[in-house]
Amino acid sequence: MTRTLCVAIALAAAVLAAAAALPAASAQAADTEVLIDQFTFTPQRITVKAGTTVTWTNEDDVPHTIASSSKLFKSKALDTGDKFSFTFTTPGTYEYFCSVHPHMTGAVVVEAATGSNVAQ
Amino acid sequence: MISDHHDERGVSRRKILECMTWAGTGVLWTIAGGTPRSLGIVGEAAAAEASGLTFLQISDSHVGFDKPANPNALGTLEEAVGKIKALRVKPSFVIHTGDITHLSKPSEFDDADRIISQTRLDVHYVPGEHDVLDEGVKLYRDRYGRGTKGAGWYSFDANGVHFIGLVNVVDLKAGGLGNLGNDQLEWLEGDLKGRSASTPIVVFAHIPLWSVYPAWGWGTEDSARALDYLKRFGSVTVLNGHIHQIMQKVEGNVAFHTAMSTAFPQPAPGAAPSPGPMKVADDKLRSLLGVTDVTFKRGQHRLAIIDQPLQG
Repeated sequence: MTRTLCVAIALAAAVLAAAAALPAASAQAADTEVLIDQFTFTPQRITVKAGTTVTWTNEDDVPHTIASSSKLFKSKALDTGDKFSFTFTTPGTYEYFCSVHPHMTGAVVVEAATGSNVAQ
Repeated sequence: MISDHHDERGVSRRKILECMTWAGTGVLWTIAGGTPRSLGIVGEAAAAEASGLTFLQISDSHVGFDKPANPNALGTLEEAVGKIKALRVKPSFVIHTGDITHLSKPSEFDDADRIISQTRLDVHYVPGEHDVLDEGVKLYRDRYGRGTKGAGWYSFDANGVHFIGLVNVVDLKAGGLGNLGNDQLEWLEGDLKGRSASTPIVVFAHIPLWSVYPAWGWGTEDSARALDYLKRFGSVTVLNGHIHQIMQKVEGNVAFHTAMSTAFPQPAPGAAPSPGPMKVADDKLRSLLGVTDVTFKRGQHRLAIIDQPLQG
């Protein structure tokens, strides 16, 4: 009995948490996350609205960097768990790579914010 | 004219190399199933070195690394140094093929120095990509850059062997591999100019100068140009690190060799989703870490390379 109740509560909590997370995930210009794992940027290519802040988090056991191919931005070496953020204000395609392991590449495609308000 | 003479010698050498066995040195290079195996000391190899030049290669110390693949990288470096100190024949010097530190922190460089200096041997360094993480590569250059060019390349001579330390870990280009760059390649061309083709050459750099596994960045973009400058020489040995495992290849007069790390092993090419640190059973770790002992004997075509794990 008790166990069933616990499971039910846990499930309800999970559903609520998922529901709470949904609006943030679907908002176009909300902050966006890119994970660095297994020497790969995931997602490798993301499309965002102008004004979006992209945050990279290194989950590998070795340091990585985020370096724009056009030298627009470059992070310091990120140790495990370290983060780097950049806000993309101008539409365009921004290729980047890890300057330590240059075979690691990614891209951020920035689209014009639709309507009058970036946050929609 | 001199080079013609040595080219002839090179052909016969190539035949000898097909056997992959060096009589007299007692060293056997074994390549089984495409994966070179750790070399062993065969017969009298240990006693044969006294008349030649012996030096050591250590690599990829990653001081500061503390993740599960080896929570104590400083400790295993200390073990490697202990092994060097215990060698019966004292080597002339040590070559460190980079990734001295894990994160280019001053404290990591300090710790590495404190341990490695206990060998009481001259150490010739080249940087790995983990040693040049600070802006402008100041920390590495302040410590190890004296008398070097560019980001730290240089050459020196010992016992008639010409040693060249190259840097292929700076100015890396998106989507690319290791990179030497035009300035360094021009310097290399000049450094080799006028040298007799019979001079044995040892080139050392962090990232392999041959295409080990480009999908993981294990190769150097413009190494072909460097190898072109080296091809007239009768004996060229290329020592690299970076991939934390032993690999070797012989191509013409050039013998390529990569060393084990003193910190943690990495997977064989393509054997894992990524080249990251490989966690192995604790009792197996020390069999995958180690140092490399290189002996050059005048009159012999090849340098004898013996990889010594920290533990049998």
